[in-house]
Amino acid sequence: MSTMLGLLQAIPYEALLIQTLNGIVTGMILALIASGLTLIFGIMDVVNFAHGELFMFGAYMGVVVISATGSFWLALVLATLIVALIGAALQITTLRPLLGRDPLTTILATFGISLVMQNYALWQFGPVARKIPEPFSGQFTLFYLEYPWYRVLIAVLSAAIIGGFYLFLKYGTYGIWIRATTQDRVMAEAMGIPVSWVHTAVFGIGAGMAAASGVLFGPLVGVNHAMGLDWVLKAFIVVVVGGMGNLGGSIVASIFISLLEAYASIWVSPAQAVIVSFVVLILTLLFRPTGLFATPK
Amino acid sequence: MTPDATPIEPLVAVEDVHTYYGKSHILHGVSLHVDSGEVVGLLGRNGVGKSTTLKTIMGLVHPHRGKVLFAGKPITSLPAHKLARLGIGYVPEDRRIFRLLTVMENLRTGLDRHGMTEARKQELLEKAFSYFPVLAERRNQAGGTLSGGEQQMLAIARAMMLEPKIILLDEPTEGLMPRMVSQIRQIIDVLHREGVAILLVEQNVPLTLEASQRVYIMEKGAVRHHCPASALKIGDPLIQQYLGV
Amino acid sequence: MSKRSATVYWIGFSIILALLIVAPLVLTEFWRRFLTEILVWGLLAMSSDILIGYTGMVSFGHSAFFGLGMYGAAAALLMVRPPNLWLAILYGLVGSAGIALFVAYFSTRLRDIYFAITTLIFSQIFYVIIFTWTEVTGGENGLTFRRPALEIPGLFSVPFSSETLHWFVLAVVTASYLILRRITQSPFGMVLQSIRENEARTRAIGYAVERYKMTAVMLSGLFAGLAGVLYALQNRFAAPDFVYFLVSGETVIFNVMGGIGTLVGPIVRAGFFLLLREAFSRFFTEYYLIPVGVIFIAMVIFMPQGLLGFMRRWLNQ
Repeated sequence: MSTMLGLLQAIPYEALLIQTLNGIVTGMILALIASGLTLIFGIMDVVNFAHGELFMFGAYMGVVVISATGSFWLALVLATLIVALIGAALQITTLRPLLGRDPLTTILATFGISLVMQNYALWQFGPVARKIPEPFSGQFTLFYLEYPWYRVLIAVLSAAIIGGFYLFLKYGTYGIWIRATTQDRVMAEAMGIPVSWVHTAVFGIGAGMAAASGVLFGPLVGVNHAMGLDWVLKAFIVVVVGGMGNLGGSIVASIFISLLEAYASIWVSPAQAVIVSFVVLILTLLFRPTGLFATPK
Repeated sequence: MTPDATPIEPLVAVEDVHTYYGKSHILHGVSLHVDSGEVVGLLGRNGVGKSTTLKTIMGLVHPHRGKVLFAGKPITSLPAHKLARLGIGYVPEDRRIFRLLTVMENLRTGLDRHGMTEARKQELLEKAFSYFPVLAERRNQAGGTLSGGEQQMLAIARAMMLEPKIILLDEPTEGLMPRMVSQIRQIIDVLHREGVAILLVEQNVPLTLEASQRVYIMEKGAVRHHCPASALKIGDPLIQQYLGV
Repeated sequence: MSKRSATVYWIGFSIILALLIVAPLVLTEFWRRFLTEILVWGLLAMSSDILIGYTGMVSFGHSAFFGLGMYGAAAALLMVRPPNLWLAILYGLVGSAGIALFVAYFSTRLRDIYFAITTLIFSQIFYVIIFTWTEVTGGENGLTFRRPALEIPGLFSVPFSSETLHWFVLAVVTASYLILRRITQSPFGMVLQSIRENEARTRAIGYAVERYKMTAVMLSGLFAGLAGVLYALQNRFAAPDFVYFLVSGETVIFNVMGGIGTLVGPIVRAGFFLLLREAFSRFFTEYYLIPVGVIFIAMVIFMPQGLLGFMRRWLNQ
């Protein structure tokens, strides 16, 4: 009995609660990145290796717009739009010609894009990390921590963007076009849906969402040219664990994995906590290769 | 449709079309035409290129040689979505319902397009629902949960949303119960009365002969015979020759 | 291969080999090093060609095999006194083979992009482990060590000069090439190619496709590890950068640019790529990857025949 009590007391409840909050915050950011990635895969079989670079570009656009105008919110909107356009342009120039070829070629092409974008950013902005200031600096007390309101806002905003996107997919005319194209490209075309433009638009939307998460996340870390790599890797894990092309699955998996990592980092360093998500991935591949949260067909 | 003899441009004309899938030569110079408001049957055994002919018209495969004309204008290299907008409806063999979309959303894929007023959309929907009351009942159900016959109705209704001048119907009665077959038969007549042309690919010969004004018979990727439907009887030696087992 | 073309092949092979043997005697120190490095990367590219070109599996995880080869060699050279060349190779091979077994077991259940992503993620797992396990791996700084002597036990032992190092690397790479060539032409290699062409059919004929794929991954990993050992010997360090997936990406680039499924192609293109990098890095300094990336994208789009043996498939039809 006393050992039980001892064990119960040994659980760091306060740390757990704080980490729950942290996990949800990063989970929402990750979900914002991963939903674009999974959508792009689902609709056109493109594994977008450059997704992390779109995230990074978004953060840099944020830096640029903030230093020009001083407004974080304007930066958020403009960065999203600009990167969405960049994404659309990339899709038209490099991915449209690959439509119908082996999906592996899209990995190669987007890998090339990511090399170019990353080095372009290094060239333009240099190796020193830039900073996006938090739009406001309020804090609230959580046990022994002063927890910034901004982090909570990130989670709420990400959820709002994802929610808005969900509603658009569910009820909007173009949302229906996107879903129809995802299910049956040929029949969608025969129903008068301009499929290649739907692809471009989806890539643009995915890029915009990645950019938005880049700006939102910018204040928490430095903005540098390599920041996309960790995220794209995590987003890939999430997309595989959630079931490739399954939007809901990726969102759930994002939060699930981020929570696990957050809890793990109570005991080990954050760099090692990444291993937890690798383990989840391996287990998923072993037991549910179609995705942990996939609806069986 | 006018009885006088001035030659009218056919609605759809296929001229000496050669289509390949990869290296295999499927259509060896198919020519046929469908006039406005006409129901035309396309008969032939499995694998003679009937479905490929429809896909070629729809722009889903592009021919290596030959032309497809719509109301006299060449459409051979246009993408399918432009053809759909021009007024070609396509009901494929395997129906290809958007399985995860609801019945209503399936219909909206054809309904939501430029220049459509809400009133017009409503009108089209009500018409479709009056033909297929079961679709109205199931409007919020996912397409994949419908029965085979219901999916066929949805596929036809979906094509109707485009207000097509012609519908390419590929084996609409395949695998359906007799009651459903007669329903499909009725809907062909209704569409015909409304002035919609139909190019009908069917294995069901009696139904095709009844429903069509003219028929083409295909063999080995080419049209072998062409005549008014009334000139053929079920027991005709031609039917035996080209379609008998 | 007909007898005639076989003769031509071996004459060509001998001439190139002779040139590579003579090269260090006429080249400056910089280009001598450069040439040795081309051979090492060429071996890495060749090892991944077994998967990409012959089996049709695009691995984005070859950096793991390469890196483990480096760290395996480092382990032998730091722990065993006096440092021994053959032990370094042995440790490197054991290290990469162990990793390859692990990766093969999990990833061969998956196909196409799933395989690519999984290998990528696995290589990142090892990267994170090596990067964070500072006590053993030296973390971010990596490990440095002294180069062992070139010795054959009981016969001789001399310190490596840059010429002898080149010849040693050349010997290992040539032997590897001949072995890999033999393997790809063997019945085993034919099965791999038929997996690439049509996996379902190969399975239906009765081959245990998974086992073949696993063997292919193991084989590929082993030679990638060997390349890692050579690289460690040349540069006298092991660093986590080489486990990072960019190295895997470059390996894929060698293959795509080189014409997959040719073994020689990837070596030639590894050389081409390194030269390109050298040239671009003089104009674009460290941003040379911008033009390289653009060229790469253009090749993917406009030269699909270089990709995944499509060309070969067309020729076969």
